[in-house]
Amino acid sequence: MTEDFIHFDKNDELCIIYVSGEVDLSNSAEVRKTILSALKTTPEVVVNLAHVEYIDSSGIAAMVEGLQFANSHGKTFGLSKPSKQVRSILELARLDQVFRID
Amino acid sequence: METNNNETVIEVKDLVTHYGQRKILDGVDLDVKKGEIRVIMGGSGSGKSTLLWHILGLYQPTEGQIKLLGKDIHRISFNEQLQLKQDIGVSFQSGALFSSMTVGENVALPLREFTELDENTIRIISRMKLEVVNLGGFHKLMPSQLSGGMVKRAALARSIVMDPKLLFFDEPSAGLDPVVASEIDDLILSLRDTMGMSMVVVTHELDSAFKIADKITVLDNGKNLITGTVEEIKKSENKRVMDLLQRRSRHDKLNPKDYLKRLTQENYTLT
Repeated sequence: MTEDFIHFDKNDELCIIYVSGEVDLSNSAEVRKTILSALKTTPEVVVNLAHVEYIDSSGIAAMVEGLQFANSHGKTFGLSKPSKQVRSILELARLDQVFRID
Repeated sequence: METNNNETVIEVKDLVTHYGQRKILDGVDLDVKKGEIRVIMGGSGSGKSTLLWHILGLYQPTEGQIKLLGKDIHRISFNEQLQLKQDIGVSFQSGALFSSMTVGENVALPLREFTELDENTIRIISRMKLEVVNLGGFHKLMPSQLSGGMVKRAALARSIVMDPKLLFFDEPSAGLDPVVASEIDDLILSLRDTMGMSMVVVTHELDSAFKIADKITVLDNGKNLITGTVEEIKKSENKRVMDLLQRRSRHDKLNPKDYLKRLTQENYTLT
């Protein structure tokens, strides 16, 4: 599952992390690790959520931790193309007003 | 969220239970689909809270079967019970917050008990849930410092902290002013719509029931009087249902012999 549900494209300036399928307690640690690793080596990280069918609170928390890390280290972090389900969860917690969402 | 609305997530079959010799539930059936909000209504003593406690596995029935997410709750292993507990959230009438813990610690408790998430993640998730119930920034307060409505919302935050598939409410808006009660109703609807949670709500608040229910089950004397949509319940010509909707108290025809027995027999018990 970890091989399939997350991959990334990276250059010196930007890392785009593509997540798909379901993100829950069983794999959110992998998302978190990937985001934090990318932020340590790249000035800007974007997580593409277009193909995420379900994300639980631990998955959303991984995004929040990414933003927390980026803000405290002068990096840029954002989300892109959240699926309808992801967007509605972000809106429920009003995190749509916190993240940069493209 | 895409859901298979034909999937039954709560199934109760022919549930019978007694308190002493008194029959409290008398052959109750219940079938709740995924993503459905089922409201259980009934007068005081109708068995609605007892039904809830049985579905949660807190009481053992005399007869009958209860399946949650396809699993018979009385025939599953300890490990399956643990897994099921993580898929269930309960919001008790009293709130049932631990008075010695802060609001944040109360909300985080299930995450600490059931997961191996690190403290930073637990903090983020529990505070996010407080934001959802409009208690952002209240995590350091003690339950005694909250109003009644805030306690209910904090309890709701704790009940959803594990992102449960099934959510149970016992009188979520009882004792709240109409504005706060309406906020709780809106929250319940939002959780169903965004997370696809299936819910059972025990309430005697008619306005709330009509606002949130996909279907309503009315219990009377431990029996399922009627199950239907809000419109079907409103149109029902069953006298007991009409009494309930019009808030008329129950006036059973008096049985003079039984009445005299209740007054005079030393060992009289309800049957």
